[in-house]
Amino acid sequence: MRITWQPRLLVFCALIGAMDSTFAMETQTEFNAAYAVAEAAEKEAGILRNQWTATEAALAEARNMAAKGDFKRAIAAAKEAEALARASIFQATQEKEAWKDREIH
Amino acid sequence: MRFWPALIMLLALSAASPSRAAEGTDPAADARAFRDYFFKKFPDVRPDDFVNGPYALDKDMRRQWEEKEQFPPYEFSLEMGKELFAKPFANGKHYADCFPGQGIGVRQTYPRFDEASGQVVTLELALNQCRETHGEAALSYVGEDMAALTAYMAFTSRGKPFDIEIPDDPRARQAYEDGKRYFYTRRGQLNFSCATCHVQNPGERLRAEVLAPALGILNAMPIYRSEWGGMGTISRRFVTCNSQVRGVPLEPQSEEYRDLEYFLSYVSNGLPISGPGARP
Repeated sequence: MRITWQPRLLVFCALIGAMDSTFAMETQTEFNAAYAVAEAAEKEAGILRNQWTATEAALAEARNMAAKGDFKRAIAAAKEAEALARASIFQATQEKEAWKDREIH
Repeated sequence: MRFWPALIMLLALSAASPSRAAEGTDPAADARAFRDYFFKKFPDVRPDDFVNGPYALDKDMRRQWEEKEQFPPYEFSLEMGKELFAKPFANGKHYADCFPGQGIGVRQTYPRFDEASGQVVTLELALNQCRETHGEAALSYVGEDMAALTAYMAFTSRGKPFDIEIPDDPRARQAYEDGKRYFYTRRGQLNFSCATCHVQNPGERLRAEVLAPALGILNAMPIYRSEWGGMGTISRRFVTCNSQVRGVPLEPQSEEYRDLEYFLSYVSNGLPISGPGARP
């Protein structure tokens, strides 16, 4: 009986391993996509000359977590960076006119 | 029928263009309004005293500062600046060869608008342009040597009123206007503009710091800051301000920072140079 179980166990382990690597590949892909979106938004903020340090920190955190293989946290950090970058773009766009209200006359 | 909508659109676009916006600016009126705002806000402060920043607004801080001025913390930098200024470059030329009046007593005329390049030239930029003209590497705009050189040049201008000119050139007016826009624009995660601290809240405390009024704020530059544990140039001040509101600072002496310096210096015309200064 033991002899017959060994190949089954090997196949089971191989399947788990394959599933795990497939899952890891998917999360890496997901991270790459989330990071690319965040990076593009931050680049746009850079064109508007209004990047935030918090965005840069979140992008660095995303890269750091991805390098450690922790894609769940890496994706979360990339999404946070994207939200921050979009807020800085919104700020810069609003301020194109809003600054005039503060001028001393 | 198609002609009129197109013409209206064209007129609207040209009216909104930056060059047209600059044509409508009146820097002299701006400067008057700027000064009046601060004179009304702080009626007990003598106009010339605005160059002393928080010390003009807080009696206790002023007492401490006056005692500190007996042995000012910028003295070492001043000595170093004097030596650096006199030291010849490898080609035998000096900084003095690059400036009107041999560079002595001219700080109050910087920034200038350079019509050849169409750019604002600050004192820091002029010093590096001088070095590069004579085959020397540029200094860091946030480093000790630049602070020391500008400290010495400011010292030779002490008491001379800021005398910034905006020539009759649309590019110069645009640079001034861009500097003004930068000054009032909110930025960084904290959503602060320069004006948030230095127009709306001078005299108030931000943690342990008493905020300085924008009027005369550059007259004391460069400054020794206890917080920095050393001297800092105008570039260093702008970079630090941006970081403090959690914005990614621009490159020192970027066009935006130079234009900002142009605006802030112009609106302080008539107030005496007091640099180098010392701040907490």
